[in-house]
Amino acid sequence: MDTSNRDSRIGDVVLDMRNISLSFGGVRALSDISFDVREHEIRAIIGPNGAGKSSMLNVINGVYVPQQGAIHFQGKQFDRMTPRRAAEMGIARTFQNLALFKGMSVLDNIMAGRNLRMKQGLFAQALRWGPALAEENEHREFVEHIVDFLEIQAARKTPVGRLSYGLQKRVDLGRALAMEPRLLLLDEPMAGMNIEEKQDMSRFILDVNDEFGTTIVLIEHDMGVVMDISDRVVVLDYGKKIGDGAPDEVRENEDVIRAYLGVDH
Amino acid sequence: MVDALKADAAHGPALNTFPALLQVHERERGARPAIREKDLGIWQSLTWAEVAAQVRTLAHGLAHLGIRPGMHVAVVGENRPRLYMTMMAAQMLGAIPVPLYQDAVAQEMVYVLQDAEISVAVVEDQEQVDKMMEVREQCPALAHIVYDDPRGLRHYSDAMLLSYEALLAQGEAHRAAQPAYVTDAAAAVAPDDTAAMFYTSGTTGKPKGVVLTHNALIDRARAVAEMENLTDQEDVLAYLPPAWIGQNMFSYTQLLVSGFTVNHPESPETVAIDMRDIGPTYYFAPPRVLEGLLTQVTIRMEDASAIKRALYRSAMGLARRVGTRILDGEQVSLVDRLRYGLGNILIYGPLRNALGMSRVRVAYTAGEAIGPDLFVFYRSIGINLKQLYGSTETSVFVCVQPDGKVRADTVGPPVAGVEIRIADNGEIQVKSPGLFKAYYRNPEATAEARTADGWFMTGDAGYLDTDGQLKIIDRAKDVGKLAGGQLFAPKYIENKLKFFPFIKEAVAFGANRDEVCAFINIDLEAVGNWAERRGMPYAGYTDLAAKIEVYDLIADCVSQVNADLAADPKLAASQVHRFLILHKELDPDDDELTRTRKVRRAFIGKKYAVLIDALFEARASQYIETEVKFEDGRTGSIAADIRIQTAATHAASQAKAA
Repeated sequence: MDTSNRDSRIGDVVLDMRNISLSFGGVRALSDISFDVREHEIRAIIGPNGAGKSSMLNVINGVYVPQQGAIHFQGKQFDRMTPRRAAEMGIARTFQNLALFKGMSVLDNIMAGRNLRMKQGLFAQALRWGPALAEENEHREFVEHIVDFLEIQAARKTPVGRLSYGLQKRVDLGRALAMEPRLLLLDEPMAGMNIEEKQDMSRFILDVNDEFGTTIVLIEHDMGVVMDISDRVVVLDYGKKIGDGAPDEVRENEDVIRAYLGVDH
Repeated sequence: MVDALKADAAHGPALNTFPALLQVHERERGARPAIREKDLGIWQSLTWAEVAAQVRTLAHGLAHLGIRPGMHVAVVGENRPRLYMTMMAAQMLGAIPVPLYQDAVAQEMVYVLQDAEISVAVVEDQEQVDKMMEVREQCPALAHIVYDDPRGLRHYSDAMLLSYEALLAQGEAHRAAQPAYVTDAAAAVAPDDTAAMFYTSGTTGKPKGVVLTHNALIDRARAVAEMENLTDQEDVLAYLPPAWIGQNMFSYTQLLVSGFTVNHPESPETVAIDMRDIGPTYYFAPPRVLEGLLTQVTIRMEDASAIKRALYRSAMGLARRVGTRILDGEQVSLVDRLRYGLGNILIYGPLRNALGMSRVRVAYTAGEAIGPDLFVFYRSIGINLKQLYGSTETSVFVCVQPDGKVRADTVGPPVAGVEIRIADNGEIQVKSPGLFKAYYRNPEATAEARTADGWFMTGDAGYLDTDGQLKIIDRAKDVGKLAGGQLFAPKYIENKLKFFPFIKEAVAFGANRDEVCAFINIDLEAVGNWAERRGMPYAGYTDLAAKIEVYDLIADCVSQVNADLAADPKLAASQVHRFLILHKELDPDDDELTRTRKVRRAFIGKKYAVLIDALFEARASQYIETEVKFEDGRTGSIAADIRIQTAATHAASQAKAA
C-alpha cells in the first residue's frame, strides 16, 4: 500500500483527552493522562495488565466519568460523556468479552447495531407496518454490505453462540460497524485468537479504516500486531502515560521497554 | 455422430461456435435467466439478453486493449459471472480464454502467462491482482490487469490496472468509434478455431496447454445434452475451480449449448447453503465432495435422538436393499415399494432436501475411483448419480452411464460419436470429435499422445465389459502381468481394499510373480474406534497393527475383495493370497508416498524388500527395523516382528460382476 497516500488522509484532531484522572475509591486507575486522536487514523493504546487501557476506553464512551479532565470530541467539550450520547455522536465499540446475543442469528445481531438509526416506533416495527417494512429493508441492505465486507455470508443465519470465537469477534465488529461510527473503539480485538485469525482481523481493521475512513482507537496486548497496523501509539503503565508517538519511536522508548520487559537500563 | 451432424444441418455450421450460440440464446430465450449470482443475500439474475449485451461491450473493451483473433486472455478467479462473460467476450473476438487455477501461487502462474503470451489478464480481486503484480517482471507481455472486485485496491495506482467498469466504458467508446467491429469479428470465428485452452499439470515436467476447438467442446456438450434430454430449464451450481475442464464443461460450454441457467455461489464457504437455495437439476461432483457430504450427514445422524437414529438405520437398510433397484426401474415387490414410499416421505426426501439435491435429475461423478458404498448411498436415496469417463484432452465426455444401466464398477459405454479400442498393453485409446487439437507449442508431446493412426492414448488401462461398458482398472504404466500371464492391476486391487474404512493404504505386489500379496496400513482412527468399542487396550499404531483381532478384521476385508475379484474372469488370478499389516504408517516424510498421497511403488518395493520376500515365501513372520523421520527432522527407528497372514481366496466364477 502506498503510505504517502495514507498520511495525507489523516486529518485534524477529532478526539482530545485532556488531563484525565480516574479513581475507584482509593485506587487510581488513570492519572493525568492527555492524548489526542486524529481523523482517519488508527490509534493504539497499549500497556501491561492493569495499566488502565480498558478504563481509558470506558472513559471515552462515557461508561466511567473521570474525576478530573475534559473530553473534546469534534470540537465540543464534554465534562460528562454518557454511553447514549457517545453512541448518538457516532462512537461505537466492541468488547473484550463480546457483547452479543448468543441465541440470535448473525444478521439479527448486526441488525441490533442499527437500532439507533431506526425511526419507526416499536409497534410499527413489530407489525411490519408499511413504512417500517421499507425502513427494515433499507437497514437490512446496509447490514448485508457489512456481512459481505466481513466475509461472514456463510454464517448469516447461524446463531452466534454456535460460531467459533474468531468469527464471534468478527460479528461483534460488524455490530459496531452497523452504527456507521465516526470513531470506533476496539477493546482487545485479537485477544484469544490464533495467528491466522489475528491476521484476518488486522486486515479487517485496516480495511474498515481504509474503505469507510473510520477513525479507530484500539487497545491491544499483542505488541507485534499493534506496531504493524497503527499510526500512533499511546503507552500506559500503572495509570500513567509513559510513551506516545509513532510505533518506531515507542519501540525505542526506554520506559516502554522497561514496562514491558521489566529490565533496568 | 449422426445426431451431432443432424444438429449441424438444422442450424448451419456457423452454430458450432460459442459467439453464434450466444446470439441464438439472445434471440430465442432473451428474457430467461442465463446467470444468477447471490449478492447481498439476494439472488440476482442476468437474462440472456443482458448477458449478450454486456459481452458485446466487453468484447469492444478487450479489442481496445489490443486483443486480436488467436491471442490468449487469462481469466483468474472463483466462479464469478463477470469472469464467465469475459470468456464469452474473448471468444467473440476469436481470442482464446485461458482460465488459471485461482489458488495457485504467483510463481506457479508464471509459466502459463509466459507460455500463452498473456497480454490481458482479467482477475477477480485484490488477491489475484497482487499475484499478477508480483510476476509482471517475469512476464513482459502482460500489459493490462482488469479486476472485478475493487475492494482493497483503492490505493493501487498502476497504469496497467483497470476496473471491470472502466473496461466496459472503454468498450462503449470503442463501439462508438467502430460499431461493427465485434459483430464482424464474431462472424469470422470458425468452428475449427481454438475456443479455449486448459493447462494440465503433467505428472512430470511443465504443464501442457490443451488446445480445444469450438467444434470439439460444443459437439461433446451437444451429444450429452441429447443423451440426457437437457433443456433450457436446468439449473446448475458453479462451484468447482473454473480452470478445470470439468467445471468449464458443466457451467460454461453446456450453458451455451443448452441455454440453461448457471448459478454462482456467494462465496466458496456458502456452497452448501446456495445449493439448498437453488436446488440444481443437473449436478456434478468429484467423489471427495460426495464423501464430505456423506460424512456430514453421518455425523449429524449420530448426534440425533435414539428414535431418529433407529428410524434412519432401518430406512437406510431398506434403501440399500431396494432403492437402487427402484431407481433402475427393476421389479420390486409391492410391499417393499410401499415401504420405500414411506421411507421417502420420512427420510429420503428430507435428506435429499438437506443435501440440496431434491431436484437433481442427472448427477455425475468422475475424476477418481468412487467407493461402491458411497456410490450406492446416493443412488439408494433416489439421486440419479452416474459415472462418466473423460479428460481434458477429450473435452470431458468419452463414456457416460445411461439411465438404467448404472453400475458402481464401470464408467459406462462410449457416448455417441466416440470410438474406443484397447491396445495390447491394456491401454484405452479414444477417437472422438471432442479430441484436442494439440498441446500448445509442444509438437513432441502432441505426437506422443497419439498413435500413428490418430487415436488418443489416455494412459489409462481398462477393458470393455461384456455389456459394452468401459471398466477402468489402472494407469497403464502400472499395469503388469502375473507370471502366468494374467493381467495384474495393482491400483485396482488397492482401491478395492481402501474402500473399507478400516484400510487406509494398501500396496499390492504381483508383477511377474505367481500370486498377489499386499501390504496394509490400517486406519488408526477407524480401527482405534473399533478396538475401543471392544474394550481392547492398545498403545499406538504399531501395537494396534500387530493385534491378532485386527489381523482377523482385515482378513475379512481382504476375503471380500477376493470374492469380488473372483467374480471377474479377467482379474480372478489377482486375488490377494497373503497380506501383512505394516508396523508404521506410510508417510510422505519418509518418501513412501507423494505429497498428494500416491503410493511410490518402486521405492516401497526396495525399502521393504525383506517383507516382500517373506510374503512370497509364505513365512509365518518377519523381523524388520525401519528408520523413520519425525516432523521436526530427527530420525528414529521402529522395530517389529510382523505377522504374515493367509487370506481366504475364492474359486473363479464365470458369473458377471454384479
